[in-house]
Amino acid sequence: MQAKVYVTLKNGVLDPQGKAIHHAAETIGYRGLTDVRQGKFFEIKLDETLDAETARIEIEKFAHDVLSNPVIEDYRVEIVG
Amino acid sequence: MKITPEIIEQHNLTGDEYRRIAALLKRAPTFTELGIFSVMWSEHCSYKSSRIHLKRLPVEGDCLVQGPGENAGIVDIGDGWCAAFKIESHNHPSFIEPYQGAATGVGGILRDIFTMGARPVAALNSLRFGPVRDQDDSAEAAGSVIARNRRIMTGVVKGIGDYGNAFGVPTIGGEVVFADCYSLNPLVNAFALGLVRREQIFYGKAEGVGNAVIYVGAKTGRDGIHGATMASAEFDDAALEKRPTVQVGDPFAEKLLLEACLEAMRSGAIVGIQDMGAAGLTSSSCEMGARAGTGIEINLDLVPQRETGMTAYEMMLSESQERMLIVAERGRERQVHEIFARWDLDAVTIGRVTDDQKLRVVHKGEVVAEIPNSALTDEAPRYDRPQSSGNEAVHVDPAPYLNEICGRIAGEIGSSDLHDVLTECLRRLLASPNLACKQWVWKQYDHMVRTNTVVLPGADAAVIRVKETRRSLAVSLDGNGRYCSVDARAGARLAVVEAARNVVCSGARPLAVTNCLNFASPERPEVMRAFSETIDGMSDACRALGTPVTGGNVSFYNETEGRGVYPTPVVGMLGVIEDTRQITTPWFAEAGDRILLLGATGDDLGATEFLESLGGVVAGGVPELDLEDELAVQRTCLRAISAGLLRSAHDCSDGGLAVALAECCFSHYRRDSLGARLDLREHLDLSGIRAMADADRRMLALLFGETPGRIIVSAAPDRADAVMALAAQEGADCAVIGEVGGDRLSISLGAHTLIDERVDVLEKLWRESLPGHLDRAGLDER
Amino acid sequence: MKFGVVVFPGSNCDHDTYHVISKVLGQPVDFIWHKDERIDGYDAIILPGGFSYGDYLRTGAIARFSPVMRSVKGFAASGGLVLGICNGFQILCEAGLLPGTLLRNRDLKFICEHVNVRVERTDTPFTVSYRKGQVLSIPIAHGDGNYFCDIDTLRELESDGRIIFRYCDARGEATDAANPNGSLANIAGICNRERNVVGLMPHPERASESLLGSNDGRLLFLSLATSLSEMLKLRA
Repeated sequence: MQAKVYVTLKNGVLDPQGKAIHHAAETIGYRGLTDVRQGKFFEIKLDETLDAETARIEIEKFAHDVLSNPVIEDYRVEIVG
Repeated sequence: MKITPEIIEQHNLTGDEYRRIAALLKRAPTFTELGIFSVMWSEHCSYKSSRIHLKRLPVEGDCLVQGPGENAGIVDIGDGWCAAFKIESHNHPSFIEPYQGAATGVGGILRDIFTMGARPVAALNSLRFGPVRDQDDSAEAAGSVIARNRRIMTGVVKGIGDYGNAFGVPTIGGEVVFADCYSLNPLVNAFALGLVRREQIFYGKAEGVGNAVIYVGAKTGRDGIHGATMASAEFDDAALEKRPTVQVGDPFAEKLLLEACLEAMRSGAIVGIQDMGAAGLTSSSCEMGARAGTGIEINLDLVPQRETGMTAYEMMLSESQERMLIVAERGRERQVHEIFARWDLDAVTIGRVTDDQKLRVVHKGEVVAEIPNSALTDEAPRYDRPQSSGNEAVHVDPAPYLNEICGRIAGEIGSSDLHDVLTECLRRLLASPNLACKQWVWKQYDHMVRTNTVVLPGADAAVIRVKETRRSLAVSLDGNGRYCSVDARAGARLAVVEAARNVVCSGARPLAVTNCLNFASPERPEVMRAFSETIDGMSDACRALGTPVTGGNVSFYNETEGRGVYPTPVVGMLGVIEDTRQITTPWFAEAGDRILLLGATGDDLGATEFLESLGGVVAGGVPELDLEDELAVQRTCLRAISAGLLRSAHDCSDGGLAVALAECCFSHYRRDSLGARLDLREHLDLSGIRAMADADRRMLALLFGETPGRIIVSAAPDRADAVMALAAQEGADCAVIGEVGGDRLSISLGAHTLIDERVDVLEKLWRESLPGHLDRAGLDER
Repeated sequence: MKFGVVVFPGSNCDHDTYHVISKVLGQPVDFIWHKDERIDGYDAIILPGGFSYGDYLRTGAIARFSPVMRSVKGFAASGGLVLGICNGFQILCEAGLLPGTLLRNRDLKFICEHVNVRVERTDTPFTVSYRKGQVLSIPIAHGDGNYFCDIDTLRELESDGRIIFRYCDARGEATDAANPNGSLANIAGICNRERNVVGLMPHPERASESLLGSNDGRLLFLSLATSLSEMLKLRA
């Protein structure tokens, strides 16, 4: 079992890295990109004995307390079998 | 696995070399052994093409504690303190992956320093890239090449910064040079300096049969396998596919490793220690055994591994970063393990010191390699590679190019008035990437951490105080590939004396040298000839200065698609300032101060920055060096500083006198820019060029020629005579050339104005040039 | 009075801070290991600059879970003086001892240089020796120093007078051009409601000896010492 955690900047928080990538992409010639936001992605291997619900609770807590900073970031958790 | 000729070739070994391996082993090697030989006999580890030449370098001196052959050289700086220092290249990895290549270069050199027991206190680096400004967009360097050069430079600078900044060592200086030949062959030479008490120095020796061999630091993965052989082969397009083997640096792990190693050394349990750098576990184990005349047996099953299913071959050749091999006293292993555990690092006893002078490797109960240490070290091949004949090169006269440059500029500015043309030349030179302000680079380096940086970057030499004493240390890295491409022997001599001059300008006595020798393929006779000449030139100058070479690094095969770099020896000069209060900087200090020029000017316009930056050519012979005159000027400067006579001292070299004077005027932290009024008549009277028939050429030589052995100093009005008197005693030429003041730089020769411009205008051109070229670098890879 | 400098494994300004307190200020000081839970006997705690635990996730993100930080929270809650410099400021924000957070610099580069900083408030134990409006020259050295908080928090910081330092030009104007990293409202340093916890991005310990070019940071440590001796007198 595996957990995937996506951490992204909240709407409205300036993302200079995303902006730089967006700008560069346009300079290189990629068309139709209206915005780029950069985030973080975590792959977490889980103990197979854990049931999905317990795993979700544990990972949600981990994502909230450690992997993200609620002041600027949102997160989303996926548990995949 | 059966060893076929293809496999041997893939390991960059020749048929002869393979036969030699079999003869040394008295049998065919196993696959693992073949891998071990291939890295230890690679150019990078064995110095097989350079060794016979390196022997000619002077390696003796009063201050010397440890010369070449250890992880770093060590000199005594007084009061029981020693300085460990070394420079090393990471050119090939930095081309393949600029950010990680440069970062791991810094990591490697820092480990070389702290394996000696020294805490790193300063880092510098010498960097060379292809052109980064649009106007250099010639057929040679098409737009995509410029973009790639910018990306490489941006990545390298960020890699150096991120590693050093997180590790906590100030990166306080170095050099950044641009030329076409570095476009696909960037040079990244990393230097580090550490401090250690004389009685606390450690060596890479596996002494004491029965002692424990302990693996510490990061786990072993498949990174960088064959990094050492890669650094020993030319690049072709396929090289870019070697990306997966790039090592990744972890400065945080390195910081932990530093603290843990120093703590373990203080515990007294450690006998010897060596970094697992190029060729990782292999080089550390056989070299430590070889130095002590012992053997080492290791069991790979015990090695901490980051990946599963690693073979013995992979583990022995892995170049995973931030690892060390330690030999600890038998029975005190636990103490060592506990210290590393405190820093959350792996420390595992993986073997023992033996008495059979062999490297023995066991994996899954089988001996997978058993090789006499000497076969990997002393018995490694040595080549006296063919050199092209030593005919004196015939130099073309740069005159037509000089005329072309001046004529073109006169046309562009719509004035052929001499002073307009010369002033425009100065403006353009100051904005040329080689001479422009490098703040864009050093601003990204934490150059102040440890609070010892007493001279901010941008001066002739980097200076750090030694808190425990009243002394400071000065370091300068210098090389001039352009000179060496014209005349390697003269170029190498010039690099050494310039490095010494820079250190002297800060108030330091030059002590010792480390060198990094960057060359193209040694299999080309003209490259080998230049290498040999470089060694001789460097030896001459080091002997004259009394500064031994304490070690360094050779990097061959800096060529891509058949195109090599200039012969580029880089010299790292270490000097000691006896009293921190005597530290001197290049910047004019106060209006009214007298400006003096030590040394004389010759007709040295050949191979100059002027010709290359403004005319795009390298023509003519290199500036002529008179070692005796040079030393007289350096002695005068140092004595004047010790006597407290000087307010500033600045080396006059790249770009010539006018550029150096402008630099003395520019603003600096907490000091606004200052103008200067100069008349070069008295200086000209001392110089050989006063009789030159061509008056225009004489002006150019005076302003933009690169005659070595010149230092611009300033002194309070009532001290100028004392400086003159000192120069007379030392036999150095010296003339008062002007006075500090106003807001313009105006240089005249009697009644003729040569250059006249507001200092702030010049400074803006100089300061804003590099950011203008680089901050449009586009997508930063990180 | 006794100072404690917390040492995280990746701290790298710990020795510099220790040096200023012991040698420049002449006050007793100890290192406190991040695994220590007891921090009794200290009158002020300093979280120094560096890269606490590598800071690969976010600056200060892991450090706030260290054993020592539990004690630092208690120490702050009981009115103890806590100063966070650079990475220390980032940790204090992550730990919730100060509001907001520090984002990647506006131009995405690490910046090391002397900047001008204006003293906004002298009514904290860390700034009593300064003049209000005084312009200091102090180095910064960070990749993530771009202060950010939501608009309500910013209003509260402004109205409560909790912005202690702002980036400014040489004449003391807090202009955008003088903002090195894009910080909201040019914020270089703030304090908590109780004014006993201060965090700032500039490095006062690098500007505490004239040999290093600037002495302007020394007054911050001097303020701290002065305030502490007052507090100790009151307590006695």
